[in-house]
Amino acid sequence: MTLDLSPRPGAAPRPAMLRSQIAMELRLLTRNGEQVLLTLVIPLLLLVLGTRSNDVVDLGAGRPIDIITPGILALAILSTSFTSLAIATGFERRYGIIKRLGASPLPRWGLMVGKIGAIALVEAAQLALLSGVGLLLGWEPHGGLTAFGQLIVLAVLGTAAFGSLGLLIAGTLRAEATLAVANLVYVLLLVGGGLLVPLSRYPEASRHVLELLPSGALGQGLRDTFAGNGPGAFSIVVLIVWAVCCGLGVSRTFKWE
Amino acid sequence: MPAVEVVDLVMRYGSITAADRLSLTVEPGTVTAILGPNGAGKTTTIETCEGFRTPQSGSVRVLGLDPIADGARLKPRVGVMLQSGGAWSGARAPEMLRHIASLHAHPLDVGMLIERLGMQDYGSTPYRRLSGGQQQRLSLAMAIVGRPELLFLDEPTAGLDPQARRSTWDLVTELRDSGVTTVLTTHFMDEAETLSDQIHIVDAGRVIASGTPQALAASGAKNTVRFTARAGLDVENLMLALPHDTKVDEVSPGAYVIAGDVDPALLATLSAWCAGQGVLTDSVLVERQTLEDRFLELTGKALR
Repeated sequence: MTLDLSPRPGAAPRPAMLRSQIAMELRLLTRNGEQVLLTLVIPLLLLVLGTRSNDVVDLGAGRPIDIITPGILALAILSTSFTSLAIATGFERRYGIIKRLGASPLPRWGLMVGKIGAIALVEAAQLALLSGVGLLLGWEPHGGLTAFGQLIVLAVLGTAAFGSLGLLIAGTLRAEATLAVANLVYVLLLVGGGLLVPLSRYPEASRHVLELLPSGALGQGLRDTFAGNGPGAFSIVVLIVWAVCCGLGVSRTFKWE
Repeated sequence: MPAVEVVDLVMRYGSITAADRLSLTVEPGTVTAILGPNGAGKTTTIETCEGFRTPQSGSVRVLGLDPIADGARLKPRVGVMLQSGGAWSGARAPEMLRHIASLHAHPLDVGMLIERLGMQDYGSTPYRRLSGGQQQRLSLAMAIVGRPELLFLDEPTAGLDPQARRSTWDLVTELRDSGVTTVLTTHFMDEAETLSDQIHIVDAGRVIASGTPQALAASGAKNTVRFTARAGLDVENLMLALPHDTKVDEVSPGAYVIAGDVDPALLATLSAWCAGQGVLTDSVLVERQTLEDRFLELTGKALR
């Protein structure tokens, strides 16, 4: 059989295009070792380490596992929605992917749907796995099913805030610079961003700065949620403000190539 | 309706004018080459047709549509080969090709396309580890997998070895025979000459000559015949025998140059005249002007 090259143009149905795009993004996101290290291995290690955290850092009153697990969930959201997304998008710009797909029948918003879909699936897997391991290690979440519903709300808001911040960096810097900045911000927020260690354990002066950071807001929101107190309006407002501001920045500065 | 119609396109970037009232048309079913030196405005023109750039002035119609306003309707019908890149660095060639195919309604069979282009051994190598030529091949495959009616190829053979170039040429010819219209940019004269039905020579943002490869090569300076024989032939008499716009000079004793429309009839006339004079020529050399001569004549010989 020979190849029939005669023209027969046409776009695939939209649902098929979007499914294909999400599947492709998901495969690439989970393919390389660094990504798996970032999204699963580091959070898992820190979770296990966290059960013995009082030997390292004083997390305050209460069982360490109950304090560390919500923070680990926040870290998982940061790793996927910020670091992974920024690095992947930076290199997509560099390799002309966005241009290539821009010449295909996939609409431009389809690119965004592909990213959001892949991030949502990765985060769902991360949160399920890390919560499961947390429970195995003795985590006792309060607040019941409502708290897990609030986890989803916080995950969506946190992803919007971190994701738009990631795109802001990836859309303006070169790919290598994006790689460096995304990893640096990840480490800084992990160590001192209010992600893992309760804000009450920080010095008074820095506490007020940290609760205004998306990392502090998400970490504290999740700790409050699983203490059975709900996420707290302040954390939610902080995440929304970050998402809106960075989102506006992205729409003004992002360059597709 | 032309497949592509660019009228008075102007594109300026800072102090650089990439297109300076550039106009050209592409007829359906043809292979049309946009030939020009580096920096002539080829990529800017083609990317404007692809909808990646907005014309600053002038108009661009592709298949009768506006590449930006009608982008959604146009994109499924147009295949694009970028000058470089266009794949995720970690993606494998078959995977990438299958993905682009999945965005189209009636794509080519990916397995058969891979075989046709000799990409079977790319296997699980990620895109970033493919050689430049292999990346070009994948890029071409991605441009045609959706079975477009119009194809834009930006320097499709840059960096390819001679075999790969040849096979790309075969494919473009086969696509034309199947009814696909192709617009390609190149700075290879032989590529434009071999492949295209129509050539637009672009320099400094303008189309400076258009025509078939034969017409372009033949236009401008005439072809020449050089012959040697005994010195002192009657060139005035020879000129009378030849078509009237032909010039004959004895450039040095015994060395003659005929400039004009050189065709077989002219050579026959020359031979008959020599026979009549009892002259035996020592050598006769026909120098046909090539497209390359014409190109250099038009765009200048300065390096850029």
